[in-house]
Amino acid sequence: MASIRNRATAQLALSPAVILLLVWMAIPLAMTLWYSFHDYQLLMPRGNAFVGFENYVYFLTDPAFLQSIGNTFVLVGSVLVITVAGGIGLALLLDQPLYGQGIVRVLIVSPFFVMPTVSALVWKNMFMNPVKGLFAWLAQVFGVAAVDWLAQVPLLSLTLIVAWGWLPFATLILLTSLQSLDTEQKEAAAMDGAGAVARFVHITLPHLARAVTVVILIQTIFLLSLFAEIFVTTNGGPGTQSTNLAYLVYSQALLRFDVGSASAGGVVAVILANILAIFLMRLVGRNLEV
Amino acid sequence: MTNAMHGRHKLAFTVLAWIVAVLVFFPILWTVLTSFKTEGAAVAIPPKFLFFDWTTENYAEVWQRTDYLRHFGNSVLISLGSCLIGLCAAIPAAWAMAFSPTRHTRFVLLWMLSTKMLPAVGVLVPIYLLFKRSGLLDSRTGLVLVLMLSNLPIMVWMLFTYFKEIPRDILEAARMDGATPGRELLHILAPMALPGIASTLLLNVILAWNESFWTLNLTAADTALLTAFIAAFLAPEGLFYAKLSAASTLAIAPIVVLGWLSQRQLVRGLTFGAVK
Amino acid sequence: MTSGRSLLALGASLAVGIATQAAAVTLTIATVNNGDMIRMQRLAGDFRRQHPDIELQWVTLEENLLRQRVTIDVATQSGQYDVVTVGNYEVPIWAAQGWLVPLDDLGEDFAGDDLLPAIGESLSYEDKLYAAPFYAESALTVYRTDLFEKAGISMPDNPTWSFIRSAAEKLTDRESGTYGLCLRGKAGWGENMALVSTLVHSWGGRWFDMKWRPQLDSRQWQDAVSFYVDLLRNYGPPGASTNGFNENLALFQAGKCGIWIDASVAASFVTDPRQSTVADRVGFALFPTHGKLQNHGNWLWAWSFVVPAASTHVAAAKIFIEWATGQAYMRLAAAESGWAGVPPGTRQSLYASREYRQAAPFADIVLRSIQAADTHQPAVQPVPYVGGNFVSIAPYQGIGTVVGQQLSAAVAGQIPAREALAKAQYIAEREMTRARYLD
Repeated sequence: MASIRNRATAQLALSPAVILLLVWMAIPLAMTLWYSFHDYQLLMPRGNAFVGFENYVYFLTDPAFLQSIGNTFVLVGSVLVITVAGGIGLALLLDQPLYGQGIVRVLIVSPFFVMPTVSALVWKNMFMNPVKGLFAWLAQVFGVAAVDWLAQVPLLSLTLIVAWGWLPFATLILLTSLQSLDTEQKEAAAMDGAGAVARFVHITLPHLARAVTVVILIQTIFLLSLFAEIFVTTNGGPGTQSTNLAYLVYSQALLRFDVGSASAGGVVAVILANILAIFLMRLVGRNLEV
Repeated sequence: MTNAMHGRHKLAFTVLAWIVAVLVFFPILWTVLTSFKTEGAAVAIPPKFLFFDWTTENYAEVWQRTDYLRHFGNSVLISLGSCLIGLCAAIPAAWAMAFSPTRHTRFVLLWMLSTKMLPAVGVLVPIYLLFKRSGLLDSRTGLVLVLMLSNLPIMVWMLFTYFKEIPRDILEAARMDGATPGRELLHILAPMALPGIASTLLLNVILAWNESFWTLNLTAADTALLTAFIAAFLAPEGLFYAKLSAASTLAIAPIVVLGWLSQRQLVRGLTFGAVK
Repeated sequence: MTSGRSLLALGASLAVGIATQAAAVTLTIATVNNGDMIRMQRLAGDFRRQHPDIELQWVTLEENLLRQRVTIDVATQSGQYDVVTVGNYEVPIWAAQGWLVPLDDLGEDFAGDDLLPAIGESLSYEDKLYAAPFYAESALTVYRTDLFEKAGISMPDNPTWSFIRSAAEKLTDRESGTYGLCLRGKAGWGENMALVSTLVHSWGGRWFDMKWRPQLDSRQWQDAVSFYVDLLRNYGPPGASTNGFNENLALFQAGKCGIWIDASVAASFVTDPRQSTVADRVGFALFPTHGKLQNHGNWLWAWSFVVPAASTHVAAAKIFIEWATGQAYMRLAAAESGWAGVPPGTRQSLYASREYRQAAPFADIVLRSIQAADTHQPAVQPVPYVGGNFVSIAPYQGIGTVVGQQLSAAVAGQIPAREALAKAQYIAEREMTRARYLD
């Protein structure tokens, strides 16, 4: 029903955003590609000679490379699992009639507004510190040995910190979706004799599928390049146990000041992210009307 | 179910909900409480919850040591600025895709989202050098540009899904009445889209405010934001928990309060097409 | 209309204000967030009084973040900072690249001859001074006199590592929360590697041979590192693998460590009754040596100010640096927080001053530690590099970071020391090849 004139206007309206993003994507990508094939170490300037695939070989043979990929998937995956499961649970809870519902919602939503660096600092120092942290005190109260969270279970600790920050987001989206669920359907099922669990599994969950997809998509986008929390808490350690791909690239760029290697790493990260994106888009495409 | 059973259920859920809410909110609460303790009390074991000597010395010291207002001002300017400018490009784009979809629309949308999947660390040095050559280092313009481009995909998508839910009939009627696309946009679409635009603005202001990678690496002194403000307290010497708490509270308070005040509005736009 | 007129007046004064601002020079100073710099910001009023036409804008960051931002700025000659805080690790490297302004023409108050020779040398390149030190340290041994007395041992002035080990054993009482020996275990080239590097030098080891081949697979490295890991795991506090200077300081001040071997600046903190619960029970000794070798490791670190060559306010920057590191500032700092808190380790006049020696009982041992440090010949065997607690070459930052991570994992008990060193050697060789020091 769009006339030709409308179509042209639409294209015009769309163009600023598209052009901006094209430029934003193309220029850094082009520069990164160029640097990835040249020798550029900030602290040892040597005239930016062309070195072919040397930077890629160096980055890909880094002893921490494979581990960083694994860590990336573990972090993203576990945060997704916790936030989706927790989000569904919290959404179900918030959907019930409650006293003081407004305040409860406000409290639960708050972690999303906290700056990731601040959140990580607070968790690291005031909760997870093995001597002065609250968890250590709790361990003492229960008579168990205090856990040195960031040194012994760095990935778990990071997952906890990051999931805490994203839980509200997932909860809100799932809650909105839940509240749009037709109660008549549920009541009909109840009258047919379906128990609460069966109702949940066969009616509620399928309805939530779209919202869950959205949550997974958006969170994955942000979690793939997770950096600030790692920088503030473990610095990728102990060793490289909590180094993800983004942190590995950072260590090339800002610890070794090796622009060539960092650029090669950036290109590798882009390729991997795009592969992941293709899978995600199939998932999204199935569940969303776009 | 009888009324009594309803009441019991409500009570039970209320208790459960409050316990969960307090647990989730606890880290923030603890930070605010600790910011009023002395350093010694801050690390006391067993921890002091409410009964300690309340003091504002930490806030005084943090205030004196750093220029909080300048950091705060920069955060406001850059977050708000980047989002408002972004909306100028995002609204037309979302309108175009929602009301004149082509077979490329889905691809364009997904492509926009995919631009967010590249790790910023990989392009830091190229962008840094680019900014240096253009004189954009440590400038508000440069940061606004970068943050705007980072959030543009999310803005477009949020608006797109919101616009799609606006009933076509009203627009069709207006068109048949002879409204040009401009009038259509301003007088009919805008009022209906306002809640969606508002919540898009809110969400992205929050995302921009909390963004730490670009704001830490592309700024020096002039444009230091609150993320840099807190970076001064990352690992100082000696006992610092109370001061860290004070600095943290100062850093997150504005956005947390904004979030509280606007959370209903925020939620209205947070459907992302997930809700039919 | 009164409101109109007051608006006009406001506008006029704003304009005047802006005009005067435009005439002033604004220096952007990037520094670490340690106590000395915080105090310097407090005392900056004195500078403003003397030089009202120079405004100071401070950028205070945590060390790692600071180093990162400043390095990118200086290496790309971006000129965002006029005065920058760096250590004597960066100074020779950056000066060689021509990225710094020589500081051999600072005013009278700076008195370059007054600098301790070791410090001045470590901040010079081709005989020109490129950095003005405001604080310097070496390493020493701090111990609890009361615990030693109770255990019936006495600390010699010049202890050996085997003595330290036996003392740590006697002092450790885990049930009462006393740990014989606290050492850095936190990963970082400026954290645990500063200590390990010094330790290895004192054991007769070296980072590289004359052909720049890494020596982490040498017998001295193996012995020294397994000794270090053993000590910490047996006599150190829990969580030692994440304890850096700050954490160990807190532990010692709370009375939990019998011996602590770390930077000499610790001396002023542990003897300060306002922070330390054991202030009156502290003794000092030199950094331990190994066996018959007389190498104290050669830890020498100086935080100093440099002026990037890309700065547009070089003259004003030099004026500021002269104020901040000159002899008058010493007296200013003493007046504000007492002589014991004056930034140590840089000037001969400080150590000659009666007031300082009276207020700081550790002055003598710190001076001797600094004087014993020779960064140009840090190892027993010949070396191609400069530096005791670090190696002053560009790739060291990366190497030190990764090796530090391996050793920290060893202290945490996750890998055996031997494996950590094997990995460290592999990484060091990889990095040196990448940096084209090796083929």
